[in-house]
Amino acid sequence: MSIVIPDTRAEALARLADDQTLIPVAGGTDLLVHWPARVDDHDRAYLDLSGLAELRPLRWTADALVLGALTTYWDVVTEPRVAMEFPLLAAAARQVGAIQIQTRGTWAGNLVNASPAADGVLALMAYGAVVVLESRGETEEVPLDEFYTGYRSMRRRPDQLVTAIRVPHGARDVQLFEKVGSRGAQAIAKVGVAAARSAAGWRVVAASVAPTVRRCPALERLLAAGTPIRGPDDLLPALDQDVAPIDDLRSTAAYRRATMARVLYHGLRGVVDSVR
Amino acid sequence: MTTTGSPLPAPHSAIGIDFTLNGEPVSLSVSAAERLLDTLRERLRLTGTKEGCGEGECGSCTVWLDGLPVCACLVPSYQVRGRRVDTVEGVAPTRLAPYLASGATQCGACTPGVVMTAEWIRRHPTLLATHTVRELMAGNLCRCTGYDGIVNGIAAALDADRERA
Repeated sequence: MSIVIPDTRAEALARLADDQTLIPVAGGTDLLVHWPARVDDHDRAYLDLSGLAELRPLRWTADALVLGALTTYWDVVTEPRVAMEFPLLAAAARQVGAIQIQTRGTWAGNLVNASPAADGVLALMAYGAVVVLESRGETEEVPLDEFYTGYRSMRRRPDQLVTAIRVPHGARDVQLFEKVGSRGAQAIAKVGVAAARSAAGWRVVAASVAPTVRRCPALERLLAAGTPIRGPDDLLPALDQDVAPIDDLRSTAAYRRATMARVLYHGLRGVVDSVR
Repeated sequence: MTTTGSPLPAPHSAIGIDFTLNGEPVSLSVSAAERLLDTLRERLRLTGTKEGCGEGECGSCTVWLDGLPVCACLVPSYQVRGRRVDTVEGVAPTRLAPYLASGATQCGACTPGVVMTAEWIRRHPTLLATHTVRELMAGNLCRCTGYDGIVNGIAAALDADRERA
């Protein structure tokens, strides 16, 4: 293995255009788990982003919170305005791994690692986040809920870098983030659910119950219809249209299905169980 | 598939780095694959930092990178160039008294990592406005103490720090 260390974002994009096999690395919390023990273990080359300070800060614009490619979970935890305006991002950040992971792991890394269990993606998708992809001479924006095309596959070309994630402002009167894991910290979700209601309607997002983190359009339609929901079982027909949980090392399909319905019902109780 | 005649220099398999370790400047050449944990233990012989799981779960290799706790097993060594690294060897032994008194250590395998997170909390007590000690310590696994000794030791240390302030 080898490392390419660009000095600027432009050089990083030129490198990717030149060699599309390069693997970008930032905080390394996913990649280092399977890092080669010696340089001659394999021939892959990594593109180091960690020195590109311009990609680190999060910033606020008139219409969005913009996370940089190197913005960490801890950057979000320590920015009080995020907890006020985007509480689901703060909640997700605090439930990723533990402090030692939060200080290194990046939102953009969580996004391109493309785990179906990704905590950060769950919260971002509930807010209608947009992925900013740059390649040499071109910038493309893809809504996060259209970014994934299948298990661990996504609409990022090998010459593109995720340089930012835009999270649009907007009034939301209901916001929910629930992660169910074996313990509070250092756990990968068995089930994750996030939901938000704005003037534009509901967004319901689920993790660890499908090949990708995904929106749940049938559940969104059910909630929008305003039919009173009397218990978790009332959510199951819509839930079954939206997700396809499986048995794996962390949980079972049956547990995930039942738990997702219960977490969603209890999280939204008081909102969805009464006639409007 | 690098194009022939590319103006871009070749990727590195070894990198010369300068960084600050426990307040002292260090210069060395590291392999591109080297982890900070191995650089500290095998190259610099600072064996206080322990390897537990090697995948960021247990926290026994916790060090500070630019003042923030990180798992040294998940940091490629080349990434610390120009940065500040602090290890358990940099902690003054006198600061350990509250942990010893409360039974925060038994077998000792997790202790260097526990001490690094605990000392980080002591240096940033305002964290406790938003976090509990248990949440901040959740990345340090301990199979002996049941955690009460650790949490009580940190509480005692914070109390003592407040009285001194």
